[in-house]
Amino acid sequence: MAEEVILLDFWSSPFGMRVRIALAEKGVKYEYREEDLRNKSPLLLQMNPVHKKIPVLIHNGKPICESLIAVQYVDEVWKDKSPLLPSDPYLRAQARFWADFIDKKIYDIGRKIWTTKGDEQEAAKKEFIEALKLLEGELGNKPYFGGESMGYVDVALIPFYSWFYAYETCGNFSIEPECPVLIAWAKRCLQKESVSKSLPDPQKVYEFVLVLKKKFGIE
Amino acid sequence: MAEIELHGTWPSPYSYRVLWALKLKGIPYEYVEEDLSNKSPLLLQYNPVHKKIPVLVHGGKPICESMIILEYLDETWPQNPLLPSDPYERAVVRFWVKFIEDKGPSAWVVFRTSGEEQEKAVKDSLEMLKTIEEHALGEKKYFGGDKIGMVDIACSGIAHWLQVIEEVVGIKILEPHKFPRLHAWTKTFKEAPIIKDNLPNQDEMLVFFKQAREKLLASA
Repeated sequence: MAEEVILLDFWSSPFGMRVRIALAEKGVKYEYREEDLRNKSPLLLQMNPVHKKIPVLIHNGKPICESLIAVQYVDEVWKDKSPLLPSDPYLRAQARFWADFIDKKIYDIGRKIWTTKGDEQEAAKKEFIEALKLLEGELGNKPYFGGESMGYVDVALIPFYSWFYAYETCGNFSIEPECPVLIAWAKRCLQKESVSKSLPDPQKVYEFVLVLKKKFGIE
Repeated sequence: MAEIELHGTWPSPYSYRVLWALKLKGIPYEYVEEDLSNKSPLLLQYNPVHKKIPVLVHGGKPICESMIILEYLDETWPQNPLLPSDPYERAVVRFWVKFIEDKGPSAWVVFRTSGEEQEKAVKDSLEMLKTIEEHALGEKKYFGGDKIGMVDIACSGIAHWLQVIEEVVGIKILEPHKFPRLHAWTKTFKEAPIIKDNLPNQDEMLVFFKQAREKLLASA
């Protein structure tokens, strides 16, 4: 049966990276299409009319929008390999809780770090480290959030690691001394090809952030 | 079967989401009313991250976030399923649940604010209603099709709480002639079995939310 899988994405999007990792973990062959977010393709607008955002996973012509929803879809459809969500309902609820926590906190607070300065930036940095510490607590001494192998929460969080250098440089702080366990986890994830091939070079992300800052007139 | 507790507050729409799911599935449970102005040590222990209700406790183990609780209930008690079985249809349901979680709170911003901020929130709420009427509900009886599904429960704030907000702030948002299909759904939803016998009293809610808004504006 011929499966057609297309991913509409943008190279620096942590949300897009999540779907890339999930597809790679499952060994799914797909076509990656880079979107120009200043000039969105008719396909993107047709496949995600509500939000007009990436990532959009298109499976046999049908769109799945929102990164975590796409990751769950990939997990359910290609269920015979590398399960991302645990099979126990209680553990699944916990995994969903932490992925939801990551969605509520990491992106928005991270964004504040590079778009603000002074007191507002200091507050964002503090909140960011607090959120990472909570996640460290959840990781405990497991190699991955998913236990012995990467799971849903790992996939939800690891893309943001490619943005840490940008956050640290813009915010003039260092994450590793505060969250050594989390940084060790991130480096462990990067040993996996599914992750290393899905994440961009942090230096490139930082250069992109500088371009955005200039564009939005942020000092 | 292990004991189930629902920790919630009257009249939180998030509490009711879980309550309806439990009743729709015929799951016996004990309800614990929490006082959010004086949070119990137990609540803080069960939900240390957000310190919020609802919390479902099953066999002593807590699950937090109303829509995550609903997925848990659906997986553990598959009777009267709230989610479809097809992965693509599930992804569509989850999309709309996320949409209402992200955009629904604009109605509460209308409740909490005044002036320009409130005007913007009204505009956001109208856009949200338009999108869900056109794209999520369409011509269906329920968002879930022939019967109540997860999106119906997620949108219940629109069915029962929005009216109260409208009356308290004196602004009509869900006007029947502007949103005929959505308006019809609010009636259908509230008349559905189980739902109709488990709705917070609107007069009591009016009193409660009027007082809450007065307090908010006084401290602003």
